[in-house]
Amino acid sequence: MMKSIKAIICSIALFAMFAGTAAQAKTEIQWWHAFGGRLGELLDEQVNKFNASQNKYTVVHTRKGNYSETLNAGIAAFRAGQHPNILMVFEVGTASLMAAKGAYVPMYQLMKDAGQRFNPNGFVSAVSGYYTTTDGKMLSMPYNSSTPVLWVNKDLMKKAGLDPEMDLSTWKRVGNALDAAKAKGIDMPFCTCWHSWVHLENFSAYHNIPFASKANGFAGLDTELSFNSPVHIKHIQTLGKWAQEGKFKYMGRRNEAGKNFRAGECMLMTESSAGYAGIKKEAKFEFGIRHLPYYGGTNAPQNTIIGGSSLWALSGKSKEENKATAAFLAFLSTTDIQAKWHQDTGYLGVTTAAAKKTKSSGFYKANPGTDLAGVQMMRNKVTENSKGLRLGSFDQIRGIIDEEMEGVYNGSKTAQVALDSAVKRGNILLRRFERANK
Amino acid sequence: MDKRVFFKGWWLPALLVAPQLLISFVFFFYPSGQAIWNSLFLPDPFGLKTEFVGLDNFRFLLSDPYYLASFKTTIIFSTAVSVSSMALGLYLAALADRLIKGAGVYQTLLIWPYAIAPAIAGVLWLFMFNGNIGLASYYLKALGYEWNHTLKGDQAMFLVILASSWGRISYNFLFFLAGLQAIPKSIIEAAAIDGASFWKRFGTIVIPLLSPITFFLLVVNIVYAFFDTFGVIHTITSGGPEQSTTILVYKVFSDGFVSQDLGSSAAQSVILLVLVGILTVIQFKYIERKVHY
Repeated sequence: MMKSIKAIICSIALFAMFAGTAAQAKTEIQWWHAFGGRLGELLDEQVNKFNASQNKYTVVHTRKGNYSETLNAGIAAFRAGQHPNILMVFEVGTASLMAAKGAYVPMYQLMKDAGQRFNPNGFVSAVSGYYTTTDGKMLSMPYNSSTPVLWVNKDLMKKAGLDPEMDLSTWKRVGNALDAAKAKGIDMPFCTCWHSWVHLENFSAYHNIPFASKANGFAGLDTELSFNSPVHIKHIQTLGKWAQEGKFKYMGRRNEAGKNFRAGECMLMTESSAGYAGIKKEAKFEFGIRHLPYYGGTNAPQNTIIGGSSLWALSGKSKEENKATAAFLAFLSTTDIQAKWHQDTGYLGVTTAAAKKTKSSGFYKANPGTDLAGVQMMRNKVTENSKGLRLGSFDQIRGIIDEEMEGVYNGSKTAQVALDSAVKRGNILLRRFERANK
Repeated sequence: MDKRVFFKGWWLPALLVAPQLLISFVFFFYPSGQAIWNSLFLPDPFGLKTEFVGLDNFRFLLSDPYYLASFKTTIIFSTAVSVSSMALGLYLAALADRLIKGAGVYQTLLIWPYAIAPAIAGVLWLFMFNGNIGLASYYLKALGYEWNHTLKGDQAMFLVILASSWGRISYNFLFFLAGLQAIPKSIIEAAAIDGASFWKRFGTIVIPLLSPITFFLLVVNIVYAFFDTFGVIHTITSGGPEQSTTILVYKVFSDGFVSQDLGSSAAQSVILLVLVGILTVIQFKYIERKVHY
């Protein structure tokens, strides 16, 4: 018995040694990301496909926790000189990375140095604009991008005595539906994920009002927050009122409410279009996808903005490794990979070709509502207010916004007080960021 | 009689003290010096450049009302954790001390929770009170009590205190039990013969004789509540809602390692260092006087 175990161990060790030497002949690069669960499986599939498609490079991917944890792990590793070749950074961290000149190799530079054919114009401009400098240089590669939509539990709508196909285009109509649901005893008529992202950041773009000055930070570090306008206050006050009346249940700052929706408890939910993968898999009820609601008599609907991540090539790596990174990123942007990713996850098709391919394959017809996110993002010519956000220390600022909004939901603050306070506290951080990145 | 020993020469005493000095230097003086030095700078997260800002990090902190509020949060939290876990520990120890049969089993079971790491304890309690799947929140709801610690500050505070005290009760229990067993039975019996009731004996003999252990536990528990609880807080509330569970050390952690603001984080460490220094002086100068050895 002992002998055979020894033999097994020896053979495993020998195999590992040979496998090791075989791999050494190839250039290995590291990719740190934030995807687990179904998304993690799909990401793994992409990496395996790349590794099998050629014999010069090997990509090794590692999950480092959620978006914030991944970014922090990357930054800490950079300080210690132990960083990966590719780091996934969510949209909120974009300004921090951009300001850290010298920490990354800009995408256009990386592709040029590696002699890799790469067309930045192939990306949908609403997405690539987020990761491109004002003079048109692409700094990182868009990976996953989504935009918020309204998810409807049609079975609960029927239970509330409502027509599941009723018009829910404005917040006023949504309010009426919630009243009806509450009257019929539905426990959780409305819930939402990503409060700041949906109800302030996207809300601003959708209503074509500034979230911050200087074109939401795109035009300079001396930007100031401005999400305490009357329209913003009206919306947050409405949410606060609904929370007090028991029509809106607060489940947490990130995407905790998604569980309640998938379990069939919540009737209407605002969440990323990328909630699709999980909802499709778990929901035991008929669900629908609608455009994000807006307020009548305003500039809405303009267009919504993206959330998600892009991939950054960190600096300080050998030429050979950078070549591998360039090859892998170019591979990820090919139409087949992009189209599959779009259809599997509910993330947007970030290249024009992938969106076209998906359309011609009949996917949108077979899965109604999956095209809404794309339409909503590109429905109008992008304005200064709807291009996106580029604000330093934005992860912290989001934390402040979340905190203040919690005060509105639990009734300890009015929307006016909370948003004024969030703007004031956020501006202090923006000034600190400006100073540290002069 | 004085039992002082004198060494001749200086090298032997120096050699004997050296390991302790070395450890203090590596694990205390060097990092403290680093913290003080870093608190005067404003670096960018990647460590690419840094700027000397003097005392601006401190000014920035002390003008933040949420930072000042976290002092109060820390006091409430530390007091609640220390007092509740010590009181329960003492109560259970007094009960276990009187056991005749199966004492070993009870003692082992009571000590068990101490083996659980703070972050894991946090996750356990979070599961029970989770708004979606928690049993405790489910039963509370059935009783007509709305539980939502993601929104209600007092509930969140209660939950982090509960999760932080839980493992600590075992630790305190262990020390109190040892203390109780070290009290000579003859003193208690003498008092009983004189007609002192159980509570009288407990109040006038047991508590004073336990005072060295109580003092030790007080210091250790406050240090625990101040420094070792951020795992629990991070897993359960991340300091929310509205920073109602953000204690000082959690803010050091979250500003430094979550928000990458190393200048502010270092300045907070320095403030905490001073605070704990003052607290220790108070404890040894005023409370220790009341301790009978």
